[in-house]
Amino acid sequence: MTHDDHDHDHDHDHDHDHHHGGDGHTHPPQRDHDAGPMSAYEVLEETIRSLLIDKGVLSADEIAAQIDLMDSRTPALGAKVVAKAWSDPAFKAKLMADTRGALLDMGIDIGTLAEFRTIENTPDVHNVVVCTLCSCYPKLLLGVPPAWYKSLAYRSRVVVDPRAVLAEFGVAVPEGVEVRVHDSTADLRYLVLPMRPPGTEGWSPDKLASLVTRDAMIGTAIPDPGLRAAAE
Amino acid sequence: MTSSPSRTTLLREGADGRAVHDVGGMDFGPIDRDEHDLALWEKRTDAMLILLCSKKNVFTIDAMRRVIEDYGQQAYDRTTYYEKWIRAIRNLLVEQEIVSPDEVEKRMAELASVHRANGRRVSAETIDWAKGGAA
Repeated sequence: MTHDDHDHDHDHDHDHDHHHGGDGHTHPPQRDHDAGPMSAYEVLEETIRSLLIDKGVLSADEIAAQIDLMDSRTPALGAKVVAKAWSDPAFKAKLMADTRGALLDMGIDIGTLAEFRTIENTPDVHNVVVCTLCSCYPKLLLGVPPAWYKSLAYRSRVVVDPRAVLAEFGVAVPEGVEVRVHDSTADLRYLVLPMRPPGTEGWSPDKLASLVTRDAMIGTAIPDPGLRAAAE
Repeated sequence: MTSSPSRTTLLREGADGRAVHDVGGMDFGPIDRDEHDLALWEKRTDAMLILLCSKKNVFTIDAMRRVIEDYGQQAYDRTTYYEKWIRAIRNLLVEQEIVSPDEVEKRMAELASVHRANGRRVSAETIDWAKGGAA
């Protein structure tokens, strides 16, 4: 199915939400989507796309394929990497030393736009990632960033008051634990490697991966086997 | 390098000489943690940027940053994430002379009238392309 099959440019007004994806985990789309009139920027997008296609700079198929690639990159991919690092010391050593190479060994190509680095949470250090200047994020590993990651509120505050921000996210960092905030750039993206929770000895990589949330890999959550048990 | 685009960064008001995007340490109130799925037009904008930068070499990701960082405070604070992106893509395509401003305005008007003819409501707002402007 191409993306044009579920285009929302319907020829009638409607104010109900459509949800796609079939993963049972959808959220309200960002504003201007299906809710009210098309915004000027939405018309601008259609304009730029049609001009680029007319001029042969891009094709509709290329755009659809790129969207498919984007949709295939979800936090599940990052979770698989974390679970492998928890299960395979040699892989973890390579991931810490050469994130790009370790990911390539797993068949994950992070592209050429930016370098990736893995930062490890330990009993002494908790890491959290931000991009104060824009919204740089390991998108090719975790999918599109959450809206809050791109917000001026998160970008501005987590660098000066990280413990309070983490507390808002439900992460209480003990007094003796150092908090390190990593400010991403267009050229360098970070993956947080959370600590493997106690009580997960003997778990399969798949079961371990189920503990690793998107926010755990940004540093704004801690993997919690209790939550998994509660969901079962 | 006489053809290099000029860079005249507009500063954020009351922010001690900071550029509009340089917000680390400032206060923008509480963090809204609601989750949102991307709209299709946002995904298309994302896809076009990646293709134009990494596959077609039409412009670089650094040029994209330059254009967004040069927005005035009003354009920067009032536009959403992907509104900034599609605005920047338009500006860079104009800069590269791949499209002209007139071409963009004309096509926008055509598409808006097609949508209206089909009964789709289209916002009457216009985009102010002047530096520092925002719809």
